[in-house]
Amino acid sequence: MNVFADTWHMAQRHIRALIRQPWWIAVTLVQPIIWLVLFGGLFKNMAELPGWPEGLSFREFIIPGVIVMTAFFSAGWGGMGMIDDIKRGIIDRFLVSPASRSSIINGRLLSGFLTIAIQALIVLVLGWLMGAHYPGGALGMVLLIVIAGIVGFGFGAFSNGLALIIRKEESLIAMMQFLLLPLTFLAAAFIPLTLAPDWIANVAKFNPVNWAIEAGRSALIDSSPDWNLILTRTGLLLVFGALMAAFATRAFRSYQRTV
Amino acid sequence: MAEAAIEVKDLSKTYGDGVKALDGINFEVEAGTVFGLLGPNGAGKSTTVKILTTLSHPTSGSASVMGLDVLGRAAEVRKQIGVVAQSSTADREATARENLRLQGQLYGMKGSDLEQRIDSLLGSFNLAGDGDRIVRGFSGGMERRLTIAMALVHRPKVLFLDEPTTGLDPEVRAEMWEEISTLAAQEGMTILLTTHYLEEADMLAQNLAIVDQGRIVAEGTPDDLKKALKGDAIQVGLGESRQQPEVESALAGVDGLSEVLLNARTLHARAADGARSVPSILTSLEAAGISVDSVTVSRPSLDDVYLKYAGRTIEQAEKNENEEVAA
Repeated sequence: MNVFADTWHMAQRHIRALIRQPWWIAVTLVQPIIWLVLFGGLFKNMAELPGWPEGLSFREFIIPGVIVMTAFFSAGWGGMGMIDDIKRGIIDRFLVSPASRSSIINGRLLSGFLTIAIQALIVLVLGWLMGAHYPGGALGMVLLIVIAGIVGFGFGAFSNGLALIIRKEESLIAMMQFLLLPLTFLAAAFIPLTLAPDWIANVAKFNPVNWAIEAGRSALIDSSPDWNLILTRTGLLLVFGALMAAFATRAFRSYQRTV
Repeated sequence: MAEAAIEVKDLSKTYGDGVKALDGINFEVEAGTVFGLLGPNGAGKSTTVKILTTLSHPTSGSASVMGLDVLGRAAEVRKQIGVVAQSSTADREATARENLRLQGQLYGMKGSDLEQRIDSLLGSFNLAGDGDRIVRGFSGGMERRLTIAMALVHRPKVLFLDEPTTGLDPEVRAEMWEEISTLAAQEGMTILLTTHYLEEADMLAQNLAIVDQGRIVAEGTPDDLKKALKGDAIQVGLGESRQQPEVESALAGVDGLSEVLLNARTLHARAADGARSVPSILTSLEAAGISVDSVTVSRPSLDDVYLKYAGRTIEQAEKNENEEVAA
């Protein structure tokens, strides 16, 4: 009970800080739109390629990719705020209080999830306005947002764990830069893997970002969703999330030992 | 002796890199008093506070706060204590009120009880008009006061102040001293204060422990510690330059005078009872034809105490510390 209340109070702190930054709001809202418009226009002719799934518009195809990518990017930077809090002594202030230890990371992840959900809704609405169809309906949308949320949880926990270990903004930026784009391109974000070289398709099988995109896409735009694929990928994502949570917890313990 | 609010027994802490921060320290703090840990940076004061506030684990030894072991009953200790860290730990992107509210919520406070407490703290820390301002715009003194108010939201029994005035300008420091004295007097709280400012320890603490290189080298009330030095410092400003042997022979007949040292036109000496010796010093100098411009008698300072027990002045100790860090 205490755990949930503490997590919610911590999350409120992060949410308030975000909504007080007009530039953050503007960029956060506009960025997924730009991706949708930019990538949607740039790669539009991809749908003409032989082997492209029949009757699928490119815009419909990339909507789940843009949503997952947005989620995974914003979660990946989550550790930056943690470093700032460590440096300012705020984490230590929480540690000498009776606040539940897990709420220190989970509060951040919860506020991150709300951001992810809002961005996803914006992309969905905008895509619909641009003529995309969602055969998966409301259930498909909810599933996609939940799946994006799990990816965000996993990478957010990873980023926070790294932050607790390395405690240097520059190092965290370098490590996340190193991971974010390759993981996006080693996935079916912009083209179906049937059109990608075999080695990329093989590597993508181990990429959590790809699991999320494939499952989310099937839930949203397949007229008959591939439940087997959705459930196995979501299961894998949950395992990934649990591993990252364990990593963050260990990182937190190691941080406490060095205090 | 009244009940001890803090008990520290044989506490040692060696960090992973082999640095021995604490080397077996012992002390007790009586409930309702202000206790000062005095020493240069790196002496082990902050490590002691980290252990007592459950943030860090000792390598050996034990410590308890309000009778609760800091290792075995950390969760209960946390409810009893308030901690003010060396630098401000307020969230600068939030308002003062939001900072206080989150702090209270983490201690399980809520509703009108919490809001009333926040209002009363904002009032007593002179922030009543600033509660809804974002902390980023606060002056250093305001942020410091907010940080202390935050540590008090849940009405702790024991308050830890780690270098509460380091980095503040003198005016704000004096203001802070007043706040701390008031807190101790009105709320009956036990306060443990660390500082490397001698005057701060002298002014605020009823009992002191002088820490040097992870050990306590002296303990007692500021007055006791100074009395142990035996004697007051006497400074005499001479009307003209004189030689050391001249003044020495002139003062040979004055009882209880020692450590006579002439430095240009200032004569330093130590006397068991300074005020009593002054008249005979003056007559002796006059008899020898040495004119006197001024006389000062001062009680030994804690700097003298530190010098005696640690074998160096705090200033020297900090200089060495900095050099070690630089090297």
